Amino acid sequence: MDKMKLPKLAIAGAIFYVIVQILIVTGVLNGYFVVIINRSMIFVILAATLNLINGITGQFSLGHMGFAAVGAYVSGTITTLIFKLSPHVFTDNLIFIAAIILGGCAAAVVGFLIGFPSLRLKGDYLAIVTLGFGEIIRTILNNIDYVGGPRGLLGIPKFSDFTVIFLFTFFTIVLLRNLVQSSHGRAMLSIRENELASELSGVNTTHYKVLGFVVGAFFAGIAGGLLAHLLQIAHPTQYGFYASSILLIMVYAGGMGSLTGSIIAAFSLTFLTEGLRVGIDWLRDSVGIPIGTEWTMVIYALLLIFIMLFKTEGFMGMRESKVLIIEEKHV
Amino acid sequence: MGSIFSLQQIINGLQLGAIYALIALGYTMVYGIVRLINFAHGDFFMVGAYAAYGAFYLFNFFLPQGNTMAFAALIMAMLGSGAIALIANKFAYKPLRYKPRLSSLVTAIGVSMLLEYLFSALPFIGPSPRGFPDLLAKHIYHIGPAEISNYVVIDLSVAAVLMIGLTILIQRTPMGRAMRAVSQDKDAAKLMGIDVERVISFTFLIGGSFAGAAGLLAGLTYPRIQPYMGILPGLKAFIAAVLGGIGNIPGAVLGAFIMGLAETFATAFNSLLGEGIAFVILIVVLLLRPNGILGEKTADKI
Repeated sequence: MDKMKLPKLAIAGAIFYVIVQILIVTGVLNGYFVVIINRSMIFVILAATLNLINGITGQFSLGHMGFAAVGAYVSGTITTLIFKLSPHVFTDNLIFIAAIILGGCAAAVVGFLIGFPSLRLKGDYLAIVTLGFGEIIRTILNNIDYVGGPRGLLGIPKFSDFTVIFLFTFFTIVLLRNLVQSSHGRAMLSIRENELASELSGVNTTHYKVLGFVVGAFFAGIAGGLLAHLLQIAHPTQYGFYASSILLIMVYAGGMGSLTGSIIAAFSLTFLTEGLRVGIDWLRDSVGIPIGTEWTMVIYALLLIFIMLFKTEGFMGMRESKVLIIEEKHV
Repeated sequence: MGSIFSLQQIINGLQLGAIYALIALGYTMVYGIVRLINFAHGDFFMVGAYAAYGAFYLFNFFLPQGNTMAFAALIMAMLGSGAIALIANKFAYKPLRYKPRLSSLVTAIGVSMLLEYLFSALPFIGPSPRGFPDLLAKHIYHIGPAEISNYVVIDLSVAAVLMIGLTILIQRTPMGRAMRAVSQDKDAAKLMGIDVERVISFTFLIGGSFAGAAGLLAGLTYPRIQPYMGILPGLKAFIAAVLGGIGNIPGAVLGAFIMGLAETFATAFNSLLGEGIAFVILIVVLLLRPNGILGEKTADKI
């Protein structure tokens, strides 16, 4: 029984990577699809970490995209600046990765600053603070001229490709899986199930709520940095309430507390959004029905209400795919 | 610095505070009774503004301009928002009443998104801002160095009349007594023979119609309406309710006027600070006095 086995998750990740890479090289997937896949993986990071806060710790954050904005602007400013100073340095991937991680750290600091006052309290204050935070960060970004104000931060060098985004996503999932299935993760779950009982059993609830929130903010910052270096622009409107709501739908559609669910939902909803966009464009331009892209969000809003009313547990419930379950060692 | 705290600014702050107060009352009443932060409440405010707008162009054919028209638009705004609040309660919140609270919170976000995007998707409303019609001619009076328009008087008096009406309703009528009972203990109220669901519906109706009245006043005072206009006033009114003590009706009014004044002073100082002052207040309240100015500390029931 002591044979070294490769973890299932690594195998699954490698298979996914190789298949997509083969499809890209053989030209089955064109650039458009590669961008959608890259976006999907970034949304996997965002949805899975929001799930850590909303699904697993049982809190309610509405401004997850605000942290992505912090990460995007911090890392984008750093790389743009270095790129301007000396373009040659920029062949070095290390600087890019350092900038992304710095962006994540900045988001984590901001997460601590707004999470600490609101998470000490019980109840729904986090929701309102994070909703406000999402709006505030947009207003601030709109008003700082150095990062482009309402024009957005332009000319960010392109650095995120399929491999980089895949690696970041993979490590995020591994880390989240390990965290959720550790004793820390069980403490977080106990807060969701019953905060008072959890506190009475000796769990430092504030500590774990803040921990979950800060970890979530850190990875949201990373995802924001990746997105900025994929799209080569960071714009205040990308990170508004609209985007945060799509993340919420991913979490609840996938299943509160299920990482597998978040991964599936992030992929399906990113593709669905693209599909609806294409469909609406077709209806407007070819059929001549004057409808706008707002209908996508109307459909999503109805989907969210529908899930909450009739399928509260989401697609996966609390279940995880076998790939994401750490195997117990038999003693 | 003198100009920041001038009489003019105080008047503007009170005017803004009156609008926030009408929104905050709905938040705090619904929270007091069902313990739900109704995120869609800011959008009820938006619906009210559009209902008044629609009423103006509908009644234009047979009602004379002026006071009658303004009154009709006010009634329509209150009815429109009240109806939307009732519908939202019936179809989105009621089925989740005894499920985990997070579910109804997420649903409230869904309702909020639905109203915003549906209004901007509907071709006859659309996402772009519209100018609000002049329901009443504007007069400006001078008091010392300050200017007061009749809109200020209207905003403050409509808010005052509605608040007095609400106080009488809550303190003197059987329905008001039922509302107070339900907010204290839903189960005990049910055992006393109170139809709890009817009380909750009534609370949504009143809260929604107050938000609708605020929508009309906001449209009149800041004459530009758009489908997303409810997000920020809704948030600020909620913060005002938290500042006064969520669930506490006089607290909501007090918090709203403090919020209105603080925002006006802060905006006069620096426009970015004006945008952010509400959230600074929120963080400070959460750190120092999470139960609000008039709120009382409650212990967890085991």
